[in-house]
Amino acid sequence: MTEPFMFPILSVIIFTPIAAAVILLLIDSDKRDLIRGISITAAVIVLVLSGAVYFGYNNLVGQVNTNQAAIDAAGLANPATQMFKDGLAFEEKVPWLDSLGISYHLGVDGLNAPMVLLTGMVAVAGVLISWRIEDRTREFMAFFMLLVAGVYGVFVAIDMFVLFFFYELAIFPMYLLIATWGWVKLREYAAMKLTLYILIGSVIALVGVIAMVLVASNYFTNEGAAVFEAAKASGLLAENARPFSFDMTQLMLAAENGAFDVAGYAGVETLTFAKLWFPFVFIGFGVLAGVFPFHNWSPDGHVAAPTAVSMIHAGVLMKLGAYAALRAGVQLMPEGAQTHLPWIVFLTLINVVYGAFIAFRQRDFKYVIGFSSVSHMGLVSMGWASMNIIGMTGAGLQMFSHGAMTALFFGCVGMVYDRAHTRDIPSLGGFVKRMPWVAVAFIIGGLTSMGMPGLSGFIAEFPIFVGMWNASPNVALQIGGFTLTNYYSIIVVLAALGIVITAAYVLRVTSQVFFGEFNEQRYSDVTDITITDRIILFLLGAPLIILGVYPIIMAPMIEAGLRPVIAILGGGA
Amino acid sequence: MNPNDFLSDPNLLPWLIPVGPLVAFFIIMLFTNRARLVPATDHSYHDHNHPDYDGMIVPVVSFPSRVVSIVVAMIGIGLAWILSLIVVGQGLGVEKLGKKVFESSLPWMATGVGSFSMGVLVDPLTVVMLVMVPLACAMIFIYSIGYMAHDARQSRFFALIALFAGAMLTLVVADNLLLLFVGWEVMGLCSYLLIGFWFEKRSAYEAAIKAFTTTRVADVIMLLGIAYLYAETGTLSFREILYNHEVLEHLATTPAIIFGGLSAAGLIGIFLIIGTIGKSAQFPLHVWLPDAMEGPTPVSAMIHAAAMVSAGIYAIVRMYPLLEAGSHPHEGQLLAPMMLMAVIGAFTALFSATIAVAQNDVKRVLAYSTISQLGFMMAALGIGAYIAAAFHLITHAFFKALLFMASGAVIHGMEHGEAHARAHAHHDDHHAAHDEHEAHHDAHAHAHFDPQDMMNMGGLRQTMPVTFYTFLIGGLSLAGLPLITAGFWSKDEILADAWLGASKGFGPHALVFILLAVAAFLTAFYTMRQLGLTFWGEPRTEAARHANLGRGVVSFTMTLPLIILAFFAITAGFVGVPPAFPVLGPIFSPEVNPFFEFVKYTLLPEIQPEKPPFNWIPVLTSFAVALGGIAVGYLVYWRKPLQAGQEDPLVGFLGPVHTVLKHKYYFDELYTAVFINPSQWLARVAVSQFLDRGIIDGILHWIARIATWIGDFLKLLNTWLIDGVGDGIPELVALFGAWFRRIQTGRVQQYLLLIIIAAIVIALVFVASSGVLVQAAG
Repeated sequence: MTEPFMFPILSVIIFTPIAAAVILLLIDSDKRDLIRGISITAAVIVLVLSGAVYFGYNNLVGQVNTNQAAIDAAGLANPATQMFKDGLAFEEKVPWLDSLGISYHLGVDGLNAPMVLLTGMVAVAGVLISWRIEDRTREFMAFFMLLVAGVYGVFVAIDMFVLFFFYELAIFPMYLLIATWGWVKLREYAAMKLTLYILIGSVIALVGVIAMVLVASNYFTNEGAAVFEAAKASGLLAENARPFSFDMTQLMLAAENGAFDVAGYAGVETLTFAKLWFPFVFIGFGVLAGVFPFHNWSPDGHVAAPTAVSMIHAGVLMKLGAYAALRAGVQLMPEGAQTHLPWIVFLTLINVVYGAFIAFRQRDFKYVIGFSSVSHMGLVSMGWASMNIIGMTGAGLQMFSHGAMTALFFGCVGMVYDRAHTRDIPSLGGFVKRMPWVAVAFIIGGLTSMGMPGLSGFIAEFPIFVGMWNASPNVALQIGGFTLTNYYSIIVVLAALGIVITAAYVLRVTSQVFFGEFNEQRYSDVTDITITDRIILFLLGAPLIILGVYPIIMAPMIEAGLRPVIAILGGGA
Repeated sequence: MNPNDFLSDPNLLPWLIPVGPLVAFFIIMLFTNRARLVPATDHSYHDHNHPDYDGMIVPVVSFPSRVVSIVVAMIGIGLAWILSLIVVGQGLGVEKLGKKVFESSLPWMATGVGSFSMGVLVDPLTVVMLVMVPLACAMIFIYSIGYMAHDARQSRFFALIALFAGAMLTLVVADNLLLLFVGWEVMGLCSYLLIGFWFEKRSAYEAAIKAFTTTRVADVIMLLGIAYLYAETGTLSFREILYNHEVLEHLATTPAIIFGGLSAAGLIGIFLIIGTIGKSAQFPLHVWLPDAMEGPTPVSAMIHAAAMVSAGIYAIVRMYPLLEAGSHPHEGQLLAPMMLMAVIGAFTALFSATIAVAQNDVKRVLAYSTISQLGFMMAALGIGAYIAAAFHLITHAFFKALLFMASGAVIHGMEHGEAHARAHAHHDDHHAAHDEHEAHHDAHAHAHFDPQDMMNMGGLRQTMPVTFYTFLIGGLSLAGLPLITAGFWSKDEILADAWLGASKGFGPHALVFILLAVAAFLTAFYTMRQLGLTFWGEPRTEAARHANLGRGVVSFTMTLPLIILAFFAITAGFVGVPPAFPVLGPIFSPEVNPFFEFVKYTLLPEIQPEKPPFNWIPVLTSFAVALGGIAVGYLVYWRKPLQAGQEDPLVGFLGPVHTVLKHKYYFDELYTAVFINPSQWLARVAVSQFLDRGIIDGILHWIARIATWIGDFLKLLNTWLIDGVGDGIPELVALFGAWFRRIQTGRVQQYLLLIIIAAIVIALVFVASSGVLVQAAG
């Protein structure tokens, strides 16, 4: 895929919102309609380009699969890295800080292409739902655009430094958006809590990644020099590659050749680099995915944030954590994953069950959804922990499905809240009479979340369960002299029961908010939603159904994206 | 593919069967669900299911929408019916259908280890279901035209039952467990939406939630079973698993992943059976079904007869080879899944029959009777009576659909009669000459009138003769009136199979035989009680005196399905008469039992059941329990019909036991106390408040507090030490400067003196240092 000139579509996707933000800050803050117009234009452009990236990559999936099979059959030296490199499309690579091994390297594979599409959808929905914000519209939209750009950057980054760069870029507007436009009672606390949690998590992960880069560089200059030269010669690495590099391909090459698995790390005989650092990197990023017990920033953050930010936050940002944890954790430190995921899976189980339980008892409509995100993101991490292709594919699907679903949920909550001015569940009721569209959308989202077949939640959860069953005989956890085996099957049973609780809280909220008696006196001014709101509901609801009925539109792509990860994990399907 | 292929190729035709109702659902939902707004107090909106909203404008479906919706739904179900009949015809035309089947499939989703395919399959079991399901659904549709004629949301209703029917048909033609599960869950959703159809009523939406949550628990466990099955075999196709000896053998011999001692097939089987226990409302997950009566009556018929609970039994009948893998029921060896079915089924059959005896609500009696009859099927399957279970599934669907719709007609008639009685009473008031007692009674009845309470009925045979005769036929079929009703033949077959095992000395078979015989006796008894209380004797209220369906479309569309189903409630049994049965055997089954011979090829030859030889004991037992129950019921409730205000004779006879039965053994209360309250407590107190807010946030806040302390400490340190140093250096510099500037006196002599001192000092330093340098060089 080396053509003379390629339209730098990924850069355009990242820089369109940034440009829009700059333009917004330059125009008069009273021209609200112009501001909205610019924002929505930028968001739509980005969505269209994201769609092009997604479907463009979808067209390549067959080719990628063939290549992967060929690589598998050919018995090359570094099959996983080769698969990963060949799977990338729309690549852009420009040296940035050459001396520090940093290059502006973007690319799309089967794993992040769905995330790119999801971000585009949520960006458009977020701008639309903020249509009626009158308080400092200009600044709101500008920060929102920066947030979108940051999220995109993380998803398409192939260089670890670029990934971190955008990661931090996303957090800073987030803080301002919540602290300035959030729910008055909670916003400062929540914004601070969220920012600190995520920053601390990412700093720990950053330290781990820098350590990884150093180890890899050391490896390539010493014992791995031959590997390095061979890779250069075979075209796996660029000819001018240096041993010191943040590039994921190069790090993966080091990982595949065992650079991180050398015993005796830090002077301890049984320790390896991967074993020591995996939990820090995985959980460091996992904080953003709401891994227990580091989840508490998320419900507070979601509740305090304005609707658009909740949508992008729960819908996309949490996926960022899960995605980065996979990319930097599992993909680069497979040995660490095999050592540590067998206990991290317990945390994910707690996530699933515990989040559902708490959601069940919330009185605040938005907290219910906030905790449901904690619960569902636990399934994503659980899918990663299955470490086989079917379970991980399920997790990839769950990232997309949950992203659209939870954004839809927050959209619905926001629409009800805007009109009823309360989120207290017991005082709502009968809203289906006034807001039938929202009720239908909410029910679709609810059914997705409880795994109803025909909707995307099912085709995500079912493979996760199958993957966990499949993994069960292969996983063992060593605690001192005691070995725990075959317990994945028990975990999956318990997690499935967590989904029952999901059904309970979804039905409870649905019946109390949308059904039952309508309080005519109190809500006499509640009206049906506007056309922009309907667009949001459609934009986020339709993919749930399409993916549920016709999963082949996404599942093979994610699978292709995961195959290198599986290969580096040891090929066990 | 061109459309003609679909119609001409029997492998493709089944794809089209569910399409009609599903398309009808979308058309109605999207296009013909237009409402007009009327004041909530308008008479066209007001009926007992909708509360008054004074001054509020509510949507009521407009007349054209109503008509078009009905037409669309009827066309949808009609197409499904016609296509089903064609498929049935094609299926019957194949010699030994089952060895060869109609099937086709499409890839649906890749999963890395393989790919899921979605497809259709027509084997004998499917054919049998295709005879029953579309027919029953079509009858329910016709009935709903009349029953829902005054409802404000009739279009929505038709959309939902069309989706319901479409899901059921999908489930029936599915060629794999996953598609079956899709239909299964969509039905669960429809049941939720339909039970809660009158969502203004609190009891309705609570019942809907209860139904959905209860079945959902079971469904998730079933899903785990499906996931495990897929993990173990890499496929979910029925033919590849169930018609494949190696796969079954593999599953039966692989030890299960958890619960040592079970085989993989055993564990999967138990998971699937739990799914059915939820869906078919078997003990201990039976609690949702009686509450599901809150839905409109056609929905009850849909759930109880044609679709939902039948789907549960259908699923285990379908998965029977897997459940049976490793067991040899005909040699008395039952492994865990089979034993589970036998015990749960037989127990449920008896347990809910006893509850049905003490219920006064006309639909609740039928609800418990459904649970009981489903227990018959499950128990039959548990002892290996595969064909008998399938047979009873079909006959039961016909007579239970009939009974539900007839009871709906009764309720409708009672409401009608009640409205009439009220109008009548008002009319009399104007004339001022009125019996005081009557007026009082009427006011009382108005406040608390329950059109479903059989105690308010009596004598309805006089005003509703068609309903009476059809109800009678359905009831006798349920009671198993010997020789002429369908219920007799299917129950007899179950008992014959159980007896065969019992006579060889197999414990489970004997247990099933005894429990089912007692349950059959109770069935006959409570059916006669219901018929007696409802139709016999004299009316016990004004409403019952005036009860009728009126004339016109409503009456016609509500009675026509009753008549058609009554026909099948009699005749459906004659396809399964044992050939050796005296007199009737040679008439209906000259050579072989047609139902048996047709269905048995669904199974692999290795596990095809043998037809039990004819034996008088089970036949006489069937006679005895059916006639005995009918006779006792007759003596108690028909010979001396209940008078108004009189107590049910059972209350005196059973004493406190009656109270227990009336309260359904207090299971609702028990579940509230044992599951719902603790889990809410756990969620609220333990997890939400204690763990999340208390410990985790507590730790966080402690950390924050410590951080604050450290911060304060550092700030202090900062002020004293760092700032002390930082500010101190400039201060020292300033001090030094202040002191030093004093040498700037302005006096020339002093400057000269300083210069000379400085020159001497420099000279001395120079000399000294050069001396040092010389020394060093030296």
